[in-house]
Amino acid sequence: MTQPILKLEGIEKSFGRNDVLRGVDLDVAPGQSLVVIGGSGSGKSVLLKVALGLMTPTGGKVLFDGQDVTNSTGKTRESMRARIGMLFQSGALFDSLTVWENVAFRLINADGVKRSDAKERAIATLKKVRLGADVAGLYPAEISGGMQKRVSLARSIISEPDLIFFDEPTTGLDPITADAINDLIVEQVRGLGAATVTITHDMSSARKIADEVAMLFEGRIIWRGPASEVDHSGHDHVDQFVHGRAEGPIQPAL
Amino acid sequence: MSNVSTHKSGFPNPLRWIGASLLGFFAEIGRLCIFAGRVKFAAFTPRWFLGEIWRQMIRIGFYSFPVVGLSAVFIGAALALNIYEGGSRYGAEQFVPSIVVLGITRELGAVITGLMLAGRVSAGISAEIGAMRVTEQIDALETLSASPYRYLYAPRFLAALVTLPVLVAAADIIGVMGGWLVSVYSLGFDSTVYLRNTLDFVTRNDIIVGLVKAVVFGGVIAIMGCYQGDRSKAGATGVGRAATLSMVGAAVLVLATNFVLSNLFVEIGL
Repeated sequence: MTQPILKLEGIEKSFGRNDVLRGVDLDVAPGQSLVVIGGSGSGKSVLLKVALGLMTPTGGKVLFDGQDVTNSTGKTRESMRARIGMLFQSGALFDSLTVWENVAFRLINADGVKRSDAKERAIATLKKVRLGADVAGLYPAEISGGMQKRVSLARSIISEPDLIFFDEPTTGLDPITADAINDLIVEQVRGLGAATVTITHDMSSARKIADEVAMLFEGRIIWRGPASEVDHSGHDHVDQFVHGRAEGPIQPAL
Repeated sequence: MSNVSTHKSGFPNPLRWIGASLLGFFAEIGRLCIFAGRVKFAAFTPRWFLGEIWRQMIRIGFYSFPVVGLSAVFIGAALALNIYEGGSRYGAEQFVPSIVVLGITRELGAVITGLMLAGRVSAGISAEIGAMRVTEQIDALETLSASPYRYLYAPRFLAALVTLPVLVAAADIIGVMGGWLVSVYSLGFDSTVYLRNTLDFVTRNDIIVGLVKAVVFGGVIAIMGCYQGDRSKAGATGVGRAATLSMVGAAVLVLATNFVLSNLFVEIGL
């Protein structure tokens, strides 16, 4: 059996008395696209931050390519992050840098690539996400939300990572732009052969991106299966979420 | 059920409240010290982001020059007027140049610059870093293998350490000139005599004292700005609160460290 690129074992995370994650077990095989769905406040973002090493779990283990990186620091952490890309919900582009400097940030600041070479690669990567060279010199505040998402996608794929995290990639976008972002994600990820973990509550996005879907509810994975089965899972919670019904076992987060 | 212990009267237990406040205070001091230690480690060990350090030097030093210069000229002028007024009661008006230069170089040049930068720079750094924190830009830095300590905090710390002494040296000169302007054009001092008295009285140690204070204030201002920004809570209120806390914290720490350093310099005869 292929070793998972990412494996979470019994992940727990609490903030004071608030237990957000209560023993999450999850694994992603190389090249696989896993989408984690769940309502607002279900702990999706916390799960992502724990997997990325931005938060230390209260309990459990994070294994990256078979290596325990739960509490790793320094070079172990850096070598893990060198193989990871991340697209943040807000884009998280650096305001003070131009679009190409954002895209090439890792190349210049972590990999020691010359600025002229890094710029060339950044412009080539921008083309992959359907952005022209004319955008490269603009600042993030000068481009639209959809373009910012594409720039962020370009930043996450430029170093050709083995694993890419997407945090609500289509939030805040109109349906057409959202669909275009989904297409770009699928196209680029397939091109790279990278594994992906996407968290979202946008079901059309989940259906398009996912090989497999897992549902997080009250800090635990309550269902996991192929994306083709998500619409008729036979699981009450999943059915309610997928069909967007207010009535059912999940109480709306009001 | 409330988890706050109460008296039989129903009022919160004052001992518990005092204890919790003290623990909170010391925990905050501890967090600040650990943060400052990590910033210093990042600042004095490779790798350095030279472009970012230069950008911060321009921002902290060059753009602060007008406000520091204006403050210094008015402080120097007011100081000369007050010393003249006090000195005239004992027939000691001739000491105006010497006391002005002593007050400016050892104390006011550094303190005024420190307080002005606590407002302009510390709050600015805090608001910028706070906004980066709440928009996940700092998380993004980490995922891109760039430590925020090296890329964000150390450049601001180093830039403040380098530019504060330069600003204080400028404030010293401008402050003395403020005193000279008032003394010559309002109080009837002879220009040449005033300047000669100033230069004869001031010693190298007086200038060094002010510049050493400036380096310390630079560190305090940058660290308070970065610390409060890094701990900023989500939303505009959180960022605004971080900016306020950093400004107030930096101003109080500038005054407190000024007292400690003044005491130290007197003790060692500097």
